[in-house]
Amino acid sequence: MESDNRSTKLLIGLAVVLLVLFGRLFYVQILNQSYKTDADNNSMTREMIYPPRGVIYDRNGKLLVGNKICYDILVTPREVAEFDTLSLASVLDTTADFIRERMAYYHKYRTKIGWRTQTFLKMVSADTYMRFAEEQFLYPGFKAQVRSLREYPFNAGGNLLGYISEVSPEFLEDHPDYRAGDYYGRTGLEAARETDLRGSKGWHIYQRDSRGRQKAPYHDGDFDVEAVPGKDITTTIDAWLQQYGQRLMAGKKGSLVAIEPSTGEILTMVSSPGIDVDVLADFGRHYSKLSQNKHKPLYNRAVSASYPPGSVFKLVNGLVGLEDGVLKPWMQYPCYNGYVYTSSGRKLGCHTHRSPLNLEDAVMMSCNGYFCYVFKNILENPEYESTEEAFTHWREMVMSFGFGRKLGSDFPSELSGNVPSAAFYNRYYRKGHWRFQTVVSLSIGQGEILTTPLQIANLAAIMANRGYYYIPHVVKSSGDVEIDPKYSEKQYTMVDTTYFPVVVKGMWKAVNALGEGGTANVAYVPGLNICGKTGTAQNPHGKDNSVFICFAPMDNPKIAVAAYIENAGFGASWACPIASLLVEKYLRGEISEGRKDLERRVISTKLIR
Amino acid sequence: MKEGALDRGLKKTVDWKLIVLYLMIMLFGWINIYAAVRSGEPSSIFDLSCNSGKQALWMAGAVVIAALLLFVLNPYFWESISRPAYGVVLMLLVLVIFMSNNVKGSHSWFELGPVKFQPAEMSKITTSLLLASVMSRPYFKLSNWKHMLVAALIVLMPMLVIIAESETGSALVYVGFIFVLYREGLSGWWLALLGLAVLLFVLTVRTQWWISLIVVVVCVAAYLVYYLRRTPTLRYRRRVVRNAVLGFVAGLALILASDVFFNNVLKDYQRERVELLLGMREDPKGVGYNVRQSLIAIGSGGLFGKGYLQGTQTTFGFVPEQSTDFIFCTVGEEWGFVGSVFLIALYGLLIFWIIRDAEKARSGFTRIYGFCVAACFFMHLVINVGMTLGLMPVIGIPLPLFSYGGSSLWAFTVLLFIFIALDRQEKKYF
Repeated sequence: MESDNRSTKLLIGLAVVLLVLFGRLFYVQILNQSYKTDADNNSMTREMIYPPRGVIYDRNGKLLVGNKICYDILVTPREVAEFDTLSLASVLDTTADFIRERMAYYHKYRTKIGWRTQTFLKMVSADTYMRFAEEQFLYPGFKAQVRSLREYPFNAGGNLLGYISEVSPEFLEDHPDYRAGDYYGRTGLEAARETDLRGSKGWHIYQRDSRGRQKAPYHDGDFDVEAVPGKDITTTIDAWLQQYGQRLMAGKKGSLVAIEPSTGEILTMVSSPGIDVDVLADFGRHYSKLSQNKHKPLYNRAVSASYPPGSVFKLVNGLVGLEDGVLKPWMQYPCYNGYVYTSSGRKLGCHTHRSPLNLEDAVMMSCNGYFCYVFKNILENPEYESTEEAFTHWREMVMSFGFGRKLGSDFPSELSGNVPSAAFYNRYYRKGHWRFQTVVSLSIGQGEILTTPLQIANLAAIMANRGYYYIPHVVKSSGDVEIDPKYSEKQYTMVDTTYFPVVVKGMWKAVNALGEGGTANVAYVPGLNICGKTGTAQNPHGKDNSVFICFAPMDNPKIAVAAYIENAGFGASWACPIASLLVEKYLRGEISEGRKDLERRVISTKLIR
Repeated sequence: MKEGALDRGLKKTVDWKLIVLYLMIMLFGWINIYAAVRSGEPSSIFDLSCNSGKQALWMAGAVVIAALLLFVLNPYFWESISRPAYGVVLMLLVLVIFMSNNVKGSHSWFELGPVKFQPAEMSKITTSLLLASVMSRPYFKLSNWKHMLVAALIVLMPMLVIIAESETGSALVYVGFIFVLYREGLSGWWLALLGLAVLLFVLTVRTQWWISLIVVVVCVAAYLVYYLRRTPTLRYRRRVVRNAVLGFVAGLALILASDVFFNNVLKDYQRERVELLLGMREDPKGVGYNVRQSLIAIGSGGLFGKGYLQGTQTTFGFVPEQSTDFIFCTVGEEWGFVGSVFLIALYGLLIFWIIRDAEKARSGFTRIYGFCVAACFFMHLVINVGMTLGLMPVIGIPLPLFSYGGSSLWAFTVLLFIFIALDRQEKKYF
């Protein structure tokens, strides 16, 4: 009968499938040896070999993060014979109680531990190890294993470099390829380049003889795996400049970021107050103190803090106005201590300066009134049907400068900042119930707009390049470390490059046109042709924030800098000197005689305590 | 139900072999769950704070359910409610997509306070019931394309919804119903087509699409040459040519579907698992880690295993999901080749006897339902054990009656005992 036949066929199929499973089991469990080389088989022991972690260099090959050797003391409880607890304690610089406690623990869990080796004491110094090695024969069952610890030969980069720490149980749950006792990068570059720096562990497998003592390589070492050292990383940081930046920023709260405009490479990234490298080396001990500090030194302000950009944002509004055709460089607007924007006479204030001004001079003198007119023209552009539509267009243009979104740098914990959307104002004021006057503060970079210091530095780079940037990054390609090709692609803004020179001219005059009312004269260094823009951003939590962006020299710029100092008053008072000193140091190698006093004043002043 | 009938018939009518196998698998599973979750501190197997204790409660519940199904409920009741039950479960399957919390990327669990359950478990039962009910109706013939379509829809609807729940693995079980259709007269060509689909999928993913195309062309050409020689009449020749063209088109469609399925339907992690299985990816730390650890655990068991509770790989947390999806590792490590073969043989015997009983049934409903049950057990067994042995991609489905988990245990209990009860009715009124 046909159906019987089919049932039989199905049963034959079942038998075949089961035989395949049996065959595979036979292969895995009996024929194949490689699945038996697990560490916990009590006839074998696996000795881990930890690879040295990759080291980190600065852009000129100077070592920023190196390794120093230290040792873990291991013990195989079953091999331990009687020993003198007190003398071992003194050799290892620990207490007898600690040793007794550990041994009691091993005894309690002896069935679970079996022949496996346990970590007895972590990270002992090379000196301690030497003493131990001399007397090792007195303590059977104990041995040492090489580990490496981080070492920082040069004090530069604290927060930027980040620290490593031992894996936590929670981390292990998500990362099955780590084992308890491994180290991994927690923050900064150590975290961002973990996969490169880490390398991979190796092991040697030994077999015990019947007495459980002597060991021979298992299978002649066929299953041994050699450790692969971590890859070395070259950063784009200039170690000397970074160190100088940290000196300038000491005692101030804020960020200082310098970018090489022609590559997008970050030369310096200071977040202050930060952490010194000697703290990194022994992070565990300092952690609780640091995490309770009210100035949050662990927090990398340069990428993770967002502030209103203040007047430096006028550059963007001016450029958007030019691109839209609603602003011409020759247009003049009046300003008598501010811009009156409601019929009842509400006024957005400005400082006293001559009036009216054209675009170049408005940039030079940072005139609030002028840029209110500019922003009004942008939002009330007759080409669009409503303020909302014009605003949405403006937002798109602004975002093309890297604001309101993550730049995509290779640095972890980068924030996106915020450029408010029309939808936001529709929610807040109801659709159709807001217009230029409602959002007037955006004209001068105040209000709902928030940016990170890195984004502001990127704006400086855009100005330096006259209209494009490279995504800022801190790691360079070197050896077998490759970086994403996106870092070598020009990112153009939506503003045509032909509109940039006039605004740049204004930035040049702000610094170099002495006696004409420029806001950044303090940054003037003869011959350097620094172009800059100050900003004084209102801070609801206290004194205004002091902001300055600049680049130099005017032609073929080598460096673009942003300084953002919290609660430090006018842009010209702190941000401007700090940024200009950094530029001078980078381009000249030293500070000119005339500016030594300025340098001393900056370095010695403490704005926070 | 009369007392006398029950007393007289119990020994002869109930297939005790199945019940013994059921209990053996379940108890063996339980002690292995204990082995898998036990940590250094000794605790009782009944300790309610760990999985083995909870499983004891689930097992007690399962036995009560089994007794109810066997002695209290009339099994033909199930046939009568097969339609509404199927409809309700299908609705639950859809609802759960919108109402459930996201558990590891899938939306398939209902949470009612402390109780969690997966409607997908119940859907195997209702699909089997409806399929059996529809196909056992008089004049139902798979050769009629309308009937064929109905049968296919019954299987495909829950399957597609489960795929929408991101439980592609659980949906794979439904492929097993093709064996039921084959038993009931589906052309063997469909099985061949399924095999070809798997082959083309592997080839398309692993190599290039044009290699798959060559395979299709060769198959079609071989078919043409073989049959054209044997069929002298023009009419048959035409039909052969038509089949060849259809086959070629189907092949092309399969290649395209494989590509789309692999690159667009599968989630990233699923794609990685498939790539790993096909050897396109060496990744012993990431995706491959589970499989690698699973193989080490099983491999280290050797011929006789390390002995009960002596395993180190499974108890020290090297293997993930030790008491649920990867429970077979514990068997492999602690009971060795002998124990593993024994367990698989238990399943083999269970499936074998279900098929034997089903074949003997006079009622079409019982027969078809029996084959559905056998197919479900078979698919779960092969996928789960195949996964731990690195023969299948990592698909999180339980080993029936063995893995930890109440909803799965109860679902398989119901699935099996409806059949045992149906089978008993067969013999009772002989």
